[in-house]
Amino acid sequence: MSTQVPETQETEESEAETETESVPVAQQQRQQRKTERRERVAERERERTEEEAASDESRYHLKVFRYDPEVEGKQEPRFDEFHVPYHKGMTVLDALIYARDHFDSSLTFRHSCRQAICGSDAMFVNGSQRLCCKTQLSDLEQPVRVEPLPYQEVVKDLVVDMEHFYDQMEAVEPYFQTNDLPDGELEEQRQTRENREKVKMSTRCIWCGACMSSCNIAAGDNEYLGPAAINKAYRFAMDEREGSDMKEHRMRILEQEHGVWRCQTQFSCTEVCPKDIPLTAHIQELKREAVKNNLKFW
Amino acid sequence: MYEHDVIVVGAGGAGLRAAIAAQEEGADVAIVSKLHPVRSHTGAAEGGINAALRDGDSWEDHAYDTMKGSDYLGDAPAIETLCQDSPKETIQLEHWGMAFSRDDDGRVSQRPFGGLSFPRTTYAGAETGHQLLHTMYEQLVKRGIKVYDEWYVLNLAVSDEEVPEDRTCHGIVAYDIQSGEVSGFRARNGVILATGGPGQVYDHTTNAVANTGDGVAMAYRAGVPMEDMEFIQFHPTTLPSTGVLITEGVRGEGGILYNENGERLMFEYGYANNAGELASRDVVSRAELTEINAGRGIDDEYVHLDMRHLGEERIIDRLENIVHLSEDFEGVDPLEEPMPVKPGQHYAMGGVETDENGETCITGLYAAGECACASVHGSNRLGGNALPELIVFGRRAGAHAAGKDLGTAEITTGKRGEWEAGEVDTPVAPGAVRGTDEDAVADGGKAPDGGAVAATGDEIVTRAVDAENRRIDRLMTKEDGVQHAEIRSEVQKSMTRHVNVFREKDGLKQALRDLREARERYTDVYVNDPSRTYNTDLIQTIETRNILDLAEAITLGALARNEFRGAHWRKEHQERDDENWLKHTMLSWNDGSPELWYKPVILEGEEKTYEPKIRSY
Ligand SMILES: Cc1cc2nc3c(=O)[nH]c(=O)nc-3n(C[C@H](O)[C@H](O)[C@H](O)COP(=O)(O)OP(=O)(O)OC[C@H]3O[C@@H](n4cnc5c(N)ncnc54)[C@H](O)[C@@H]3O)c2cc1C
Ligand code: SF4
Ligand code: FES
Repeated sequence: MSTQVPETQETEESEAETETESVPVAQQQRQQRKTERRERVAERERERTEEEAASDESRYHLKVFRYDPEVEGKQEPRFDEFHVPYHKGMTVLDALIYARDHFDSSLTFRHSCRQAICGSDAMFVNGSQRLCCKTQLSDLEQPVRVEPLPYQEVVKDLVVDMEHFYDQMEAVEPYFQTNDLPDGELEEQRQTRENREKVKMSTRCIWCGACMSSCNIAAGDNEYLGPAAINKAYRFAMDEREGSDMKEHRMRILEQEHGVWRCQTQFSCTEVCPKDIPLTAHIQELKREAVKNNLKFW
Repeated sequence: MYEHDVIVVGAGGAGLRAAIAAQEEGADVAIVSKLHPVRSHTGAAEGGINAALRDGDSWEDHAYDTMKGSDYLGDAPAIETLCQDSPKETIQLEHWGMAFSRDDDGRVSQRPFGGLSFPRTTYAGAETGHQLLHTMYEQLVKRGIKVYDEWYVLNLAVSDEEVPEDRTCHGIVAYDIQSGEVSGFRARNGVILATGGPGQVYDHTTNAVANTGDGVAMAYRAGVPMEDMEFIQFHPTTLPSTGVLITEGVRGEGGILYNENGERLMFEYGYANNAGELASRDVVSRAELTEINAGRGIDDEYVHLDMRHLGEERIIDRLENIVHLSEDFEGVDPLEEPMPVKPGQHYAMGGVETDENGETCITGLYAAGECACASVHGSNRLGGNALPELIVFGRRAGAHAAGKDLGTAEITTGKRGEWEAGEVDTPVAPGAVRGTDEDAVADGGKAPDGGAVAATGDEIVTRAVDAENRRIDRLMTKEDGVQHAEIRSEVQKSMTRHVNVFREKDGLKQALRDLREARERYTDVYVNDPSRTYNTDLIQTIETRNILDLAEAITLGALARNEFRGAHWRKEHQERDDENWLKHTMLSWNDGSPELWYKPVILEGEEKTYEPKIRSY
């Protein structure tokens, strides 16, 4: 081996001992680790109970939804309380991570980018759909209630099943389709600045599912395409590069029974969308297009 | 057991592009990803994609800039491939409908970026990665490519030959996060790793929480060398409280850096008298930290990035996303005030050693994207060069794995070509801790028991599945112990303290000691959550093991490299040393301990040789 280990006599010796007959050393080490570990567990427990008791203002009080089909005691949904030390700028996601890493490692939620772009941590916080990473604790009243997105099947704790949402997104043929590609592979299709501006907001969707979960109609009609999928269709229908035939095809998908006409203009989706996409306006515009084109409507 | 021709691990830009390419070559391809594709971190990329698209620009100029930016540690065949293929790949995205920003004539817009001699960064506002990721996922849906989403890949199933170069990868072992089921996936043609960066090695990073370096660690333990791991890019403009990135596009559009005295630091203190704020990232990061250390930082922590003079209209047109990020994550409205910024971990130049076809030294194992090191970035990546890397090398890996003939690679991998042994003076033994409990560290990449040479691919996959089941059982049945979160946070703290922008010998040694301690504690790690359903405790515990291996590789490489090159600054060695160090750092996992060796840099391109010059901006 070419990796030199000059200062390591100590380590090398103890390693050799572990492997051969010198059991007492290994046992001692194990014992010591056990003691350390017990102390750590006790420390964590202390931290937690102290917090439970304290009504310290520098801590935030969270009530978090818990459910796990497999674990006794969690099979019935319940709320757990956590008191998380607060620092300026702390978000709901930061608080959940703290609670998980310090108090209960089985607390389960999705998250990844922590910058409002992966769309994985939409939850129901104090009665409204929000991205946890984008929501400052200081904007919320205590106790902060964190629940999974309503009207979705709960997999565990704050994790919901997104399959239905994905299916609806995929039902609108969510991909660019044109017969009019330039000849050269280095030749781009032209798009005017204005047209890009028109579709810009619709392209911002991060598939978080907040809109769908806030929509009464979607809650009652499982087949309703829902605001996110309709917005996805809008993104392509309004893109001048796709051409008019394709637009007609898209309009036919949108006009079906569970398409745009289901929307009752309640604006709840627009209110919760963390990307500020004017969802209701997009749906309305598509309804107008449908009428204008004098295609089938009911 | 599931079975496909090509299996792609990871669904960011590189993984999606690889899958599309493999399918175009007629392969039955599937993606296995721990996140649903649209949740991948590629979505966070902001600034843009470099591609020589315009008159007055050329792939040769792009290659020259990239080689210079790499501080002559890039391999010319890989760099030239990147720059030649990027225009076509970028326009391919446009043909797939990607919503690029547009010029008045309807063509895609381009802007200046650090270290580029031409404004060739093609972009979609300050959300290029989001647009790119979604556009490619749409193509996946269109083609009906199978995605196993929320499946965590635990390990590779690789045959057991003595020498890594003789081994073959037959598939992977993965864990269905929602159900807890562990399954084998047999790959008839090849496995492509596209698992992204290792940002979670550090505690102040622009990377997502999912970026834990899994693919690199798996390939490493299966016998593929990690290349140039010490070269970690720190981005000069991240928000101090979260590490959220403020794109280089802000400086590209004319944003200015000021210190506490309101001085334009890049010029005032001569850090980059020509390029100023647009010098490459390593130069600007050091400049900022030097200011902070000299007491000219604000709150002793950061400097200011000001873009107010650009005017609201231009800001909203080109950088709107930045306004939201700054407001939401730092509480600063950049139309009214300058933004606080400091350097943060951003990108790993190193990774799984591959050639310019994406292939590793193990037959049937490929890597692409940030987890790979085809060696296009050398010791410093230019902004806007990672996204083209994803699509160029993603496509090549996918096509090659599916059987397309891309010609013979010029870059040799593994210990086949010229190489020399390396030496490093470490204070503690690196590598696995040999505890009494074998299963505690039983996660080598190869099939676990010997004599497997003659075994069939199916058997090798089955055996790997058994080994992973044992590992999981052990972690889940252990009554108590240390939790991964503690170990992870210690590693992150030590790395940020000692293996950051500025590095010195004693600090690097301290980091190795800390890592050793963390490894020892890891032998006692346990999973508290008893449930098989969506057990993030278990997954993070396994990720933490990967973080440990990567952190150690970064530190070992940094301690050994006694020179100053690109992003790797050493207090004791303030000069680039071309005579001794024009070579790639390689680390191979040899029976549980890292072996250090080197291979030469390839500076000979298609038509010319890139002569190392002093890098000044
Ligand atoms: C904030 C930010 C801004 C950036 N801006 C730019 C820019 O403007 N221009 C540019 O060129 N570059 C930019 N970069 C760099 C570039 O975005 C990244 O290098 C690139 O997106 C990485 O893509 P990837 O496909 O390799 O990995 P990722 O997009 O990170 O994808 C990794 C995938 O692997 C999966 N995965 C990981 N581990 C496992 C496992 N064990 N099992 C199963 N699946 C797994 C994940 O689920 C994910 O799907 C930026 C990076 C960041 C962080
Ligand atoms: S439209 Fe808005 S709320 Fe709905 S999924 Fe997209 S980003 Fe989320
Ligand atoms: S963690 Fe990605 S959107 Fe919140």
